[in-house]
Amino acid sequence: MSVVKDIAAVSQGMWATWKHLFRKPLTIPYPEQKRTPPPRYRARIVLTRDPQGGERCVACYLCSAACPVDCISMQAGERENGRRYAEWFRINFSRCIFCGLCAEACPTMAIQMTPDYELCSRDIMSLLYEKEDLLIDGCGKEPEYNFYRHAGIGVVNPRGGNPDEQPPVDVRGLVP
Amino acid sequence: MPDLIDILIIIAKLGTILVVILSLAANLVLAERRMLAWIQDRQGPNRVGPQGLLQPLADLIKLVTKEDLRPAGADKWLFLLAPAMAAIPAMLTFAVVPFGSPVHLLGRVITLQVVDLNVGVLFFMALSSIAVYGITLGGWASNSKYALLGGIRGLAQLISYELVMGLSLVPVVMLTHSFSLNEIVAAQATVPFLLYQPLAFLLFFISLLAECKRTPFDIPEAESELVAGFHTEYSGLRFGLFFVGEYLNIIVLGGVAATFFLGGWHGPFLPPLVWFCAKVLAFCFVFIWTRGTLPRLRSDQLMHLCWKVLTPVALGNILCTGWWLTIKP
Repeated sequence: MSVVKDIAAVSQGMWATWKHLFRKPLTIPYPEQKRTPPPRYRARIVLTRDPQGGERCVACYLCSAACPVDCISMQAGERENGRRYAEWFRINFSRCIFCGLCAEACPTMAIQMTPDYELCSRDIMSLLYEKEDLLIDGCGKEPEYNFYRHAGIGVVNPRGGNPDEQPPVDVRGLVP
Repeated sequence: MPDLIDILIIIAKLGTILVVILSLAANLVLAERRMLAWIQDRQGPNRVGPQGLLQPLADLIKLVTKEDLRPAGADKWLFLLAPAMAAIPAMLTFAVVPFGSPVHLLGRVITLQVVDLNVGVLFFMALSSIAVYGITLGGWASNSKYALLGGIRGLAQLISYELVMGLSLVPVVMLTHSFSLNEIVAAQATVPFLLYQPLAFLLFFISLLAECKRTPFDIPEAESELVAGFHTEYSGLRFGLFFVGEYLNIIVLGGVAATFFLGGWHGPFLPPLVWFCAKVLAFCFVFIWTRGTLPRLRSDQLMHLCWKVLTPVALGNILCTGWWLTIKP
């Protein structure tokens, strides 16, 4: 009997909603209660420093190139020792989509995502973050990493003397 | 010849009913939003006032301060008149609903019913027919295709379900031998008609859902298909009137259903007024609960259900009731 089946189906649905009526809501009242996002949550972008306190960013423009919405812009400069740095570095958070491609592209672990998701403002210009707003004092997610210990101009030790590095192969040698 | 005090009493009753059911309708909107939210494991509006209790006030302020738009090419007078034609019949229906036992006050007997018409059932049916005009004319006068489609669907739906509603009330009238709602309530002093006529109650309830244009029969306003159906072009207070009219309809038809099938204000232990309110609110709850559960019917399914299922069943029910009344000693 299809009528019996239909009535059973409707009652089943009514019973399901009845149960949910007394269930604790899954949502939380936001400004009063806040969820702690997971540590790898992608939100506000920061520029980190190496363990010695120097800027990690070498102004290679890879983040800017990777950014699908073109919200990162910078101007590269060069110090006396030949190392590059960003003269200015700007992220427009009103355009940023928090995709994390910049952090993925960064070869020096300078640009990183933080779980600070509360980025909103009535003044759109206040979402334009300059270098001094972005640069933090810590190392972020890579506390040990210093780019110049591995490579780059003015690398700390001669070739083969840096951590995780083997001495250069003598290409003229006969030993395989 | 009614004296001045009688007239004053009637005015007082009208005023009380107006205030109570209007504020109840406003709060029902909030209740619906919160209950739907709970059903969907959400919180619902809980910002304005404690537990969101001042939300109706905020909604009212919002609706009053919005611009009253009238689309170009709309039929001016019908467009302005339609929201009132949707809301007023709902309020008028309450005039014949007895909501409590007569009260003795200062040597007078005050019946808790605005007017005891001896054709109360017909009055109710007539007013629910007039409510069709609000939807149809509102949809037609808007000069918009969505509104027109909504209006036409509403017309077809409401006229069809009017029939089922009338047929499901016939057994009640047969049992009572009266069209007066007061007599119908009096006849249920011991046993509500729900127990005699469960099938008629079910039919009546389904047609109530259709008459209120509630899910699963919210075809005239079907958001996902027709924007907002017949009130697509309305804004501000006129939209509010349509909106509140819908909730007024729920309350009033809940009251009517309680009167016809649940014994009106009769009930043990508690005062009659409390029983009546409890029954009306129970109906409102079931309406909201149904909305939270059932999906919308298609237009042809709606007509199929009405003409091929409900109407024959209602007619059969009338025949069985008649047969039972003739063989009854």
